[in-house]
Amino acid sequence: MTAEAGPMTVTRAEYCVAACADVWRGAGEVLASPMGTVPALGARLAKLTFSPGLLLTDGEALLVGDVPEPGDGAPVAEGWLPYRRHLALVATGRRHVMMGASQIDRYGNQNISCIGDWARPSRQLLGVRGAPVNTLNHPTSYWVPRHSPRTFVERVDMVCGVGYDRAAAAGPSATRYHDVREVVSDLGVFDFATPDRTMRIRSLHPGVRLADVREATGFALRMPDGAMPDARTPDGGVPATRAPDAAELRLIREVLDPGGMRDREVPPCGP
Amino acid sequence: MTDKTMTADDVAARLASGMTIGIGGWGSRRKPMALVRALLRSPLTDLTIVSCGGPDVGLLAAAGKIRRLVVPFVTLDSIPLEPHFRAARERGAFALTELDEAMFMWGLTAAGQRLPFLPVRAGPGSDVLRVNPHIRTVTSPYADGEELAAVPALRLDAALVHLNRADARGNGQYLGPDPYFDDLFCEAADAAYVSCERIVSGAELGRAGCPRTLLVSRMFVSGVVEAPRGAHFTSCAPDYGRDEAFQRAYVRAAADPDAWAAFAGRFLSGDEDDYHAAVAAFSEETAEETTGKPTGGTVEKTAGERP
Repeated sequence: MTAEAGPMTVTRAEYCVAACADVWRGAGEVLASPMGTVPALGARLAKLTFSPGLLLTDGEALLVGDVPEPGDGAPVAEGWLPYRRHLALVATGRRHVMMGASQIDRYGNQNISCIGDWARPSRQLLGVRGAPVNTLNHPTSYWVPRHSPRTFVERVDMVCGVGYDRAAAAGPSATRYHDVREVVSDLGVFDFATPDRTMRIRSLHPGVRLADVREATGFALRMPDGAMPDARTPDGGVPATRAPDAAELRLIREVLDPGGMRDREVPPCGP
Repeated sequence: MTDKTMTADDVAARLASGMTIGIGGWGSRRKPMALVRALLRSPLTDLTIVSCGGPDVGLLAAAGKIRRLVVPFVTLDSIPLEPHFRAARERGAFALTELDEAMFMWGLTAAGQRLPFLPVRAGPGSDVLRVNPHIRTVTSPYADGEELAAVPALRLDAALVHLNRADARGNGQYLGPDPYFDDLFCEAADAAYVSCERIVSGAELGRAGCPRTLLVSRMFVSGVVEAPRGAHFTSCAPDYGRDEAFQRAYVRAAADPDAWAAFAGRFLSGDEDDYHAAVAAFSEETAEETTGKPTGGTVEKTAGERP
């Protein structure tokens, strides 16, 4: 269950790839839209293993029929998906996106637009992009490669991706297809399967202590059912993120990412 | 047969300060940069720019041409954040209408269809409606009673797009993988101007690609500009890719006022021919730095013709 010692030690990045892949488990024939290296590897891993029905793009306008290494060409095309069709696809619901988040809060509101006051931001970022339409139309998950209190904040400065409280306040047309699923960070996996739809720890990556996550999070996280951390067992009952199995590890290392791009997004951590 | 060919400076001369101008392409892809450079040379100011923003927005922002910007994002793609856009926003240099991508697309579509708005399931719940108080919602008149965003039409005074080929009458052809929103921009505008890598005959358009590559119809086009490498330094697939070395130099220069003044002096102070001459010299230097020795005439060309 935990990492083995020696050359086959599972790296933090590999736990993250498997956790991202699990986001698309059981998704069926939908477009997986991963943003970032680790989610891209996760989507490809899912397609090669437990979710063969997934559709992937080449990052441009083609739906690819095979699973190339990220950045490689796409020899097998199974469809055309330029930006306009991609945006129209969003409204059909046949998509599960995994977006980045410069800020995210306990209800899953996400910000990629700017930091500070929108009228005069201290740091201008990308802009809202498609986050508002994505979150109101199909399943959305998030990937945060560096879990910190600057990212996991009490309130995001500009709501781009809509979280549970804001969707509920906006009414039935906002909640009808709203479905923020999971957040994967370099420390653990989180979801919103709580009565008040606030963020909960689902698992900690091996080597991560509960205290690390609490320190790196700007709000109080819900505990998993049955977890009872106390002074003696500070992580008591919080599950560990599953390790990729041998076949998955081989795919990650030999097929999907022999160049080790995953380690540049989530550096291997020391003891 | 109307010949609509003109120069990039002719296009700028047809525009007026205070206009709302849509710019095609996407991020740092197939931007009508030759036309943008003509805007930079012109006295035009107080522009409202509507764009899926890339260096078009950055350059116009750096030159102080923008009064209002209407965008869902601004990015250089391989470099996520556009430095001039960032700096301009952080000093409050212009007003911003920040829209979701789908809202942007349906706003352009509404304008082309002469509709006041289109309903979109995007906006409610997000701060897009907070920062755009002019955007209303509309309630479905049917049994569902859903309340959706009523995205107002993004009507344009003028549209500027860059395509791979066009004929002299204004039919425009894209040969790359993605049309972006270029035809929507043209249909949403009172006057559209198409720059292209090469002006060819109608027969040649037919030979270069199948009918569905004929993206823009002349009935929406007021002017055609032949501008080889006119999207540089953004990509114009399959004619050429993004000039990553130049884009990196652009970003480096943007970090410092003196460096930017030098960059603008070197690349943006002359006409389009001067620009491409300066870029060619830059590419040669970059190749020398990369290989450690002069390459003479062997500087790689990315603009090769493809059938």
